[in-house]
Amino acid sequence: MVNHPIPSEVARRLQKPRDGHAAIGGPLFTPFTLALGVLIAVAMYFLAQRFIYGLGAVTNINNGYPWGVWVVWDVVIATGFACGGYAMALVTYILNKGEYHPLVRPALTASLFGYSLGGLSVLIDLGRYWNFWHILSPTYAQPGSVMFEVAVCISLYVVVLWIEFSPAFLEHLGLKDVKAKLNKVMFIFIGLGVLLPTMHQSSLGSLLVVYGYQIHPLWQTPLLPLLFLLTAICMGFAIVILEATLAAAGFKRDIGPELPLLSKIGKIIMGILVAYLVIRIGDLIVRGAMGTAFTSGTKSVMFIIEMALFAYPVAVLSKPANRARLSRLLAAAMSMLTGAVLYRIDAFLVAYDTGPGWSYFPSAPEMLVTIGVIAVEVLAYIVFVRKFPVLPGHSTTAAAE
Amino acid sequence: MTITRRNFLRQAAGGTAAAAACATLAPSPAEARDNLKVPEKAIGLLYDSTLCIGCKACMSGCKDANNLPLEDTIGEKLWDTPLELSGKTYTVIKIYQHGTMANKDKAENGFAHIKRQCLHCVDPSCVSACPVSAMQKRPEDGVVTYNKDACIGCRYCVAACPFGVPQFQYDTPKPEIAKCQLCKHRLAEGKIPACAEQCPTGATLFGTHQALSAEIARRKAMKPGEPNLFPRRTIDSGDNHEKAAAEYVDHVYGEKDAGGTQVRYLSGVPFDKLALPVGLPERSYAADSETLQTTLYGGLILPGIALAGLVAAAWRGSKTHHDDDDQGGQNHG
Repeated sequence: MVNHPIPSEVARRLQKPRDGHAAIGGPLFTPFTLALGVLIAVAMYFLAQRFIYGLGAVTNINNGYPWGVWVVWDVVIATGFACGGYAMALVTYILNKGEYHPLVRPALTASLFGYSLGGLSVLIDLGRYWNFWHILSPTYAQPGSVMFEVAVCISLYVVVLWIEFSPAFLEHLGLKDVKAKLNKVMFIFIGLGVLLPTMHQSSLGSLLVVYGYQIHPLWQTPLLPLLFLLTAICMGFAIVILEATLAAAGFKRDIGPELPLLSKIGKIIMGILVAYLVIRIGDLIVRGAMGTAFTSGTKSVMFIIEMALFAYPVAVLSKPANRARLSRLLAAAMSMLTGAVLYRIDAFLVAYDTGPGWSYFPSAPEMLVTIGVIAVEVLAYIVFVRKFPVLPGHSTTAAAE
Repeated sequence: MTITRRNFLRQAAGGTAAAAACATLAPSPAEARDNLKVPEKAIGLLYDSTLCIGCKACMSGCKDANNLPLEDTIGEKLWDTPLELSGKTYTVIKIYQHGTMANKDKAENGFAHIKRQCLHCVDPSCVSACPVSAMQKRPEDGVVTYNKDACIGCRYCVAACPFGVPQFQYDTPKPEIAKCQLCKHRLAEGKIPACAEQCPTGATLFGTHQALSAEIARRKAMKPGEPNLFPRRTIDSGDNHEKAAAEYVDHVYGEKDAGGTQVRYLSGVPFDKLALPVGLPERSYAADSETLQTTLYGGLILPGIALAGLVAAAWRGSKTHHDDDDQGGQNHG
């Protein structure tokens, strides 16, 4: 059985004294992990081709669409999915809502792997990857570049995530003193751990500002950073709901104890989404671009689907009765996530028109590499929770079920 | 403790006001970055479509001067036949055709040539986009250069360029960005760019930005149909030929488009027919993007304030409930 993050399990700690985390143990070789291994091997095969023959041997990217799924999915969307740790840290530590604490650790773990892999997979996509360090070197760095800001913030955030997480390692290595000292200054890293995603998640939107007219007016706006930030935070909260549900379903557990927390998260999502929709549509009206929502063919259709996917969660979550029902919360979260994924795909690819004659749809090998990256992430998570004290001590029983 | 939305927003205002402000503040005019200006000793090209005969000597000269491989698009492996700019081609002559093609430089039943290449923007998007200073604009003469030894191959320049100029090489494990650098190696030897050197009609003319501006004004003042002298290679080469002046459209491409370019175009047919983007704003996209970045991150002031607020909030939080469960809950009073 696969061990996913188990927020419901963690939530039990609310009712009993805390008694530490533990490695949950168990076999590393299961049919599921072997399947992941196969997916990773397939990805490695195509990656070898990429590194021997060049990006064109594996991907469909071209000089009209120089960024494909390896950028838009592996970095722009995957780091959005990995915003659970950011969103939960924001409410738990910054807004000081201790009640959410049980949901932080699992969310942070998913963020850790989401971001680490997102950062590493950039190397696959960089044409001249051996120069990657230039972006962090004062000799080469160009601070006016949005890409520079994104790269620095993501790199720093990966480091901060590992520091935030290091108590689990330090305990394993028997470095209790180091751990105690680190805990005393942890609030600094928590602050950084909220600032850095705020900066780079918004900047993922800013990346498109310099594209100018090449991005359709339904998406091109100086408010791109704000719109990307709001959806990233919502993605973080929605992922927490999704994770909790998957764990409850996967382990046939009663989700009752954490439902109140999840329903409050649902309310937060609703609030942010209302703000998002008001800002997005208000901006379209102010810029006089609202009309293009109905006159731009495929782009209009995609825009309207996006709006529907964002509006649905607001409608569902506005009713308190719905927020108390897991099925409705989940439906709202899924709709929100799909909307946010579509928003990013639309902004980077659908809205991007670089001139006649160009088109892009990812090749099968290109998508298999992306799937392989996701497989690495899941496998690393499984190994991690089995070998290191990540999940609360009680989860051992649950994992064995 | 319940978390209502109002409560959430109030707390958010306290703890993350600065962070939120980072994202919501509209670019303030005081910090807005203006378009970069044309350098004093700027150089460039004038391409006059009405003089071009489509012989492609410029393309051949460019390949020679830059050691670029032939590009075969018709399967004969005999000729260099690029149809667009590519990883192997810095410049390409294209043609507009309509109807009977009887009239040169006319949109109706006519045809016209266009030379595609880097326009050497006054305020280039590629330079603003490049995170590692591989794309640079030379401060003295404004040539937009590319340094492969700095480049990480992220292709942000390819995506950002409003003219679709920088071309990435997808067919090699050691790719570079291919793009005209105005033959900077020839300039260093006191020569002029190979395309202007080779052009037999002076359709591609090299000169200082100022001198080319004067030449543009001279041509626009010509009476269509009347014979005039047109210089080859450079304005003062003394090598002129006589030709009846054409009727130009009322648009000098590159004069103001996207903040202006140092390669400018004259044509007898509208530029949208020549596949150049028209209707670009006079404000450069680089200025838009960098204004946004400076407003949010200038001097790291807003992030600094935000960080102080966040760290203070996290510190306050760490006092009320200790976050590390592994210390036996000693801080839980």
